[in-house]
Amino acid sequence: MQFAFTDEQHQYREAVSRFCRERSPPSLVRSQMSSETGFDRELWEQLCTNLGLSGIQVPEAMGGQGFGAVELGIAMEEMGRVNFCGPYFASSVLSTGALLNGATEAQQREYLPQLCSGTRIAALALAEPGGNWDPAVIRATAVQNNGHWQIDGCKSYVLDGHIADLFIVAARRPGSEGLDGISLFLLPADTPGLSVTALESLDGTRRLARVQLRGTQANLLGVSDEAASGLARTLDEASVALAAEMVGGAQALLDSAVAYAKTRVQFGRVIGSFQAIKHKCADMLLDIEFARSAAYRAAELAACDSDELRDAASVAKALASDAFMHAATETLQIHGGIGFTWDNDTQIYYKRARSSSVLLGTATEHRDRYVLQLAARRAGEAG
Amino acid sequence: MSHPSEDSVRQEIRAWLTENWDPQLPLIQWRKRLIASGWGCPAWPADCYGRGLSPGLAAVAEEEMRRIGAVGVAQFGVRLLAAATLLEHGTDAQKNLLPRILTGEDTWCQLFSEPSSGSDLAGLSTRAVADGESWIVNGQKVWTTSAQHADYAMLLARTDWDLPKHQGLSYFVLNMRQPGVVVRPLRQMNGHASFNEVFLTDVRVSSDMLVGKHGEGWKVALTTLAHERRLAETMRNWGRMEHGQGRIYDDLQAEHAIAMEPYKWYPQRAGRVDLLMNRAVDSGRVRDPLVRQEIAKALMLERASEWTAQRARAARALGQSPGPEGSLGKLAASHIARAAALAHSAIGGADSMLSGHDAPENGLIAEILISVPACSIAGGTDEIQRNIIAERVLGLPREPGGDAKIPYREIRRNTFDKQ
Repeated sequence: MQFAFTDEQHQYREAVSRFCRERSPPSLVRSQMSSETGFDRELWEQLCTNLGLSGIQVPEAMGGQGFGAVELGIAMEEMGRVNFCGPYFASSVLSTGALLNGATEAQQREYLPQLCSGTRIAALALAEPGGNWDPAVIRATAVQNNGHWQIDGCKSYVLDGHIADLFIVAARRPGSEGLDGISLFLLPADTPGLSVTALESLDGTRRLARVQLRGTQANLLGVSDEAASGLARTLDEASVALAAEMVGGAQALLDSAVAYAKTRVQFGRVIGSFQAIKHKCADMLLDIEFARSAAYRAAELAACDSDELRDAASVAKALASDAFMHAATETLQIHGGIGFTWDNDTQIYYKRARSSSVLLGTATEHRDRYVLQLAARRAGEAG
Repeated sequence: MSHPSEDSVRQEIRAWLTENWDPQLPLIQWRKRLIASGWGCPAWPADCYGRGLSPGLAAVAEEEMRRIGAVGVAQFGVRLLAAATLLEHGTDAQKNLLPRILTGEDTWCQLFSEPSSGSDLAGLSTRAVADGESWIVNGQKVWTTSAQHADYAMLLARTDWDLPKHQGLSYFVLNMRQPGVVVRPLRQMNGHASFNEVFLTDVRVSSDMLVGKHGEGWKVALTTLAHERRLAETMRNWGRMEHGQGRIYDDLQAEHAIAMEPYKWYPQRAGRVDLLMNRAVDSGRVRDPLVRQEIAKALMLERASEWTAQRARAARALGQSPGPEGSLGKLAASHIARAAALAHSAIGGADSMLSGHDAPENGLIAEILISVPACSIAGGTDEIQRNIIAERVLGLPREPGGDAKIPYREIRRNTFDKQ
């Protein structure tokens, strides 16, 4: 049913939520934030095998659960609530999406079961120094030599690149421009000529890496030169999933702000009785509910393969980015000095909001893209 | 008698309409016939101009009326609030006023807000003093729609100054056609005059026009206010008027024109998001990335607002109680209106300084720019909405009330209405 969840989806949310609350408490997140790899492999394997979260949207024949974008959004929202640490977004959303939208069936059958079981972790290497996820501005090149593809270029902001076993790399035919000539390639992390440098990330729950390719051999995924549209779809789906994750994080922040405002006493009153605090909370709620509606609607459109997805993905990503950042800013403010301390959990969400609101394009970029799409469509209709 | 079913209701009203519906009748005459039959307000009690049907079966009857284009009872404007309040709280004598409300013969207005009592309605200071078999009323009311042609008013006045503010109020039906009632149009910043100020000087109300008990005016007023929210929803359907050939439709059109007159600028008040993309593309301003940002902010809010309303409706349809998404519409509308005005101003550029024939869209855009402030004030300011959301949805504690428990006489008030 549109705009509402089924009973099964509610139960599914409850199961994921319970797992996240019980297995990923703030103490664990805190320790992962400053650990070397940034995730707990045992917890990751449980997530993949016990809950099957790593293959929610993957057909059962490929080792997945055979659900769709709505269930993926539910899982992301619940993981976002607790700042779950692990390569879920990198491997199970971005890389899995790239394979589903861009690989041949044989390739999907080979690689998707590995990602679904969690035995191998994949990272999508798309953006380059400069940080733009638009496939049109890719500069890395791929040439074919004696039947072998070789890639040259530098990829950056590669999510979970530091722990990836496989890389999916987007590169273009030399001389091609824009969305023409883009191809996807797959290569193992130990391929000669591939070097991975972990970057120091502001958000310890979201690790980034730089990937250097120097004549590195790679296997072509799908059809050469025609990866752009599948990649665009992957990014739209991922933006919707990320929006759901941000809504979960923003809601956790609002819950903590309200709980704190009900107990903290100043001037002989709980601070939640002051309108200055109430109004901040009401504004957060409005932003979050709007972002939630957009994330849910966009997930429904992704699930039914609608061509309205592209617009809705931008609405969802822009509103969720702003709502999350707004919630983080105000929740920290409502906590006052304690909110600025390392020991207060607000900082974990604040940093996640900082990184998520930039990842896959800022709200400003998505707003711009949205209006340009509407204008282009109008011009198309008029012409 | 067997309980009515959907089929029996459908058959019964069809038979009645076949016998009685006549588009050549004068509007009032038709409505008298309709009201006498109980089909005008099928959900009302059978002994009070209705048929006692459940809301679901009443909807079936209304559907049958619509199907043949039959005109219903008068329901434009404030009279709807009066009818609902009298139905719930009125005495038999007061309920005798209902038929002329339903025929549209009588127009009503609501004398609640005062210059000193906007958000704090219960703090109002218009006084009613008992004098034998009647009450004498003195005070000033404001924001009164339709006062200039109203026959009656719902009046909220203070009858006791020694009780806390909510407990000293009483609710009256006031005859507007009497000496001492002076109505002055209130001109708004956008040039329209949709509301009035009403001055009451030694105005008389007969004792049998007290609605509810003495001192229980606030309780009765809450019924009126609850229906005011519903009125805001039905206003969206006002464009959908029965059309057809015959005398009755001409009468209806005339009634509609008068009732809608105060609201003609309301679409502009809401910001006219619908015009943004056309204006931006036609003028070429869409090529400016700064303009695109403003447009996107308004459009995205509008879409999210619509999706949020759909979520709330879907939850209701499944029998779930809507979550917080049901309480946010009013505050959201203010944000959308402001964002849309910013975007319209950005698209217009220097033209946004002009108005009337010199301005874009023949002044329509200028009207948007100077009408949107009403959105965040009328029907509950944004600040009051935020209090309601914070208290009822998020469960934050109420502001410790400085005035809710002490005698009204002792409350600090604006200096100009000290008595």
